[in-house]
Amino acid sequence: MTGEKQEILARLRQQISAAQGFKPSPIATSDGFGLGEIEACFPNDVFPTGTIHEFLAEHPEDAAASEGFIAGLLAKLMRNGNSCLWISHNRKLFPPSLETYGVDPQQIIFLDLYYTKEILSVMEEALKCEGLACVLAELPDIDFAQSRRLQLATEKSHVTGILLRKEPKRSLSATACSARWQIKPQPTEILEGIPGVGNPRWEVNLLKVKNGEGGKFYIEWAEDKFAPFESQETNPQPQTTTLPERGLIA
Amino acid sequence: MRYLSIYFTNLLCDYLAIKKPELKDKVYVFTMSQGNRIMVTASSKEAEKQGIFANSVLADAKALVPDILAFDDKIDFNKKLLIRIGKWAIRYSPIVAIDLPDGIILDSSGCSHLLGGEEKYLESILNKLKESGYNCRGAISDTIGTSWAVARLGRKSPIIGQGQQYNALLNLPPMALRLEQHIIQRLHKLGFDKIGKFIQLPASMLRRRFGQEFLLRLSQALGTEEETIIPIIVKPPYEERLFCLEPIRTKPAIEIAIEKLLQALCERLAKEGLGIRSAELKGYRLDGRVTETKIGTNQPTHLVPHLAKLFELKIDQIEPDLGIELFILTATKTEPVHVAQEKLWSGKPGLADQSLAQLLDRLAGKVGPQAIRRYIPQAHYWPERSLRPAVSLEEKTEIKWQKSNPRPMEMLHKPASIQVTAPIPDYPPMNFRYRDELHLVRKADGPERIEREWWMEPGEHRDYYILEDDKGRRYWVFRSGHYDEEHSAWFLHGFFA
Repeated sequence: MTGEKQEILARLRQQISAAQGFKPSPIATSDGFGLGEIEACFPNDVFPTGTIHEFLAEHPEDAAASEGFIAGLLAKLMRNGNSCLWISHNRKLFPPSLETYGVDPQQIIFLDLYYTKEILSVMEEALKCEGLACVLAELPDIDFAQSRRLQLATEKSHVTGILLRKEPKRSLSATACSARWQIKPQPTEILEGIPGVGNPRWEVNLLKVKNGEGGKFYIEWAEDKFAPFESQETNPQPQTTTLPERGLIA
Repeated sequence: MRYLSIYFTNLLCDYLAIKKPELKDKVYVFTMSQGNRIMVTASSKEAEKQGIFANSVLADAKALVPDILAFDDKIDFNKKLLIRIGKWAIRYSPIVAIDLPDGIILDSSGCSHLLGGEEKYLESILNKLKESGYNCRGAISDTIGTSWAVARLGRKSPIIGQGQQYNALLNLPPMALRLEQHIIQRLHKLGFDKIGKFIQLPASMLRRRFGQEFLLRLSQALGTEEETIIPIIVKPPYEERLFCLEPIRTKPAIEIAIEKLLQALCERLAKEGLGIRSAELKGYRLDGRVTETKIGTNQPTHLVPHLAKLFELKIDQIEPDLGIELFILTATKTEPVHVAQEKLWSGKPGLADQSLAQLLDRLAGKVGPQAIRRYIPQAHYWPERSLRPAVSLEEKTEIKWQKSNPRPMEMLHKPASIQVTAPIPDYPPMNFRYRDELHLVRKADGPERIEREWWMEPGEHRDYYILEDDKGRRYWVFRSGHYDEEHSAWFLHGFFA
């Protein structure tokens, strides 16, 4: 009897999340994004595509780390050959570096705009285009209504949207995004006595997940895929300044 | 064929009076110096009443009217003016030619019915010109020669019916045949003061006395000899016109007009397997101005809804003012269209995707094509030059992205100056100061020397290092030139992921 009830509950949960814009994506069902335990934070244990993800980057170093992590995601999102739109104001991304993460920079179309309003309207229009794998926008701030519009646009087309909030000025209010990420660089590791810099490593903070639980993870990019690693707790990070949070998850 | 000839009696002086209304009803002339005399090249209506015509000497004119106003004429000024009027007249016929020194010629075949017959057609043009201030006369006939003659010297109806040019010419003086001055003088000397008096004479006799040129002009006027005009704007092969019954001012009306034009144009293009890459919509306004709207596409297309959408984005830029009376849609650039993808294969991925191309067309209309970029590699090691914007969506290159050395995720547009402590030459720095923060270097990689391309620009080479600081943040810094304790300049150029 209890087993039956649990089954019903699980089915109802799936229906609820489907109604909220979560649909199992064909990419996720095949072999996932290789994010390991991070994926377990999301409903149904899959990284949700076809929704909006929000990345916070307080410093330029964090922005670079976020872009590296995003590039790893893009490699999976774009693997069926679809292209990506990268909308920004004052873009600093150096396209050749995407190659390191398995993304062909030629497949990415860049839009350099000036006004935030323009960025948002272009992003909304682009999210309705099913021929795209992903639409990424760099902008400092977004409010709930704006993010809700974007979320609604993705639900129809199943295009994944990424908001990279560089140096956010306003305090963080609730958005309609399905996940809020914060990526920070971590010291790399290399064999003792050998000079050089190792594989890129990041601390991944999942601050908010819609219908899921957040968490803190350590991950590196090695041999063209994500790989978790154990953080050296011997050298704790003194600067874990998380931004002041306000409001609930929408 | 029907030709309309318009003759401006005082072209230059009328133009000046439009520019300077205070000159109205004044005696004034245009002059140009010829040798050591100043000749009158054009005179106003009032001046003509006083007996001052073109080709008289200014000194004589001053003797007649002491307070005459004289303005400097410029070479080809009348030509420029006629071309401007001719461009305006394109709304009445696609083929308009200028007729130096003082007229324009329109090929009115198949155009006059749009305004309810030739009489109303002619009346409408002349009234418009007169309203703006030009004194002018016009005539329509089967030949350019007869139209020219009747416009200038005709006394009766300005519309010469089909095949009626012989009768129309009979009572006109010989100068109506566009002859050279000495031939006209000789004709008058022989008593031929009307064309009717010599038109019956045998051709051999006329040729002997007045030359081949004379016969040519006569037969051109009668229509037995072909005469062509050189249009000021050659009609493009893919063009559609829409003449509006009422001047159009509202957005829905403009939308309907665009849709109608596109349908007609795209039907033609589709039959020929062509698609639009760029198109131009011209709206001829009541006040004589022309509004221009341009669109471009990333892939040739003849899909009406898509093109209409592109124009729709620009409708707000069209200023109808008092109203637009004629729309002309031109396909300024066409290309063979790729055979339309059937639904089964419509999921063609990547940059070839149709929906993506359409999206980019719309965005280009919204934010301008210069904001949209795609990058392809370029065979240079110098970081700033290792990539270049692609020309089109399809452009591909054989050059590969260089992968041997890691490149930073973010690169500053301009390297930022930093202060560095470096132990010994060609060793990575121990620490550096960037934006008032001291970074202690824990790990480092390098140097990667990149030589400046001396054949393109002078300057020092760069030695790049990848540095990781005590907090795990990774940077791309370089030293400009060789190590030198005093003059070494260090810069931060990028951030690694």
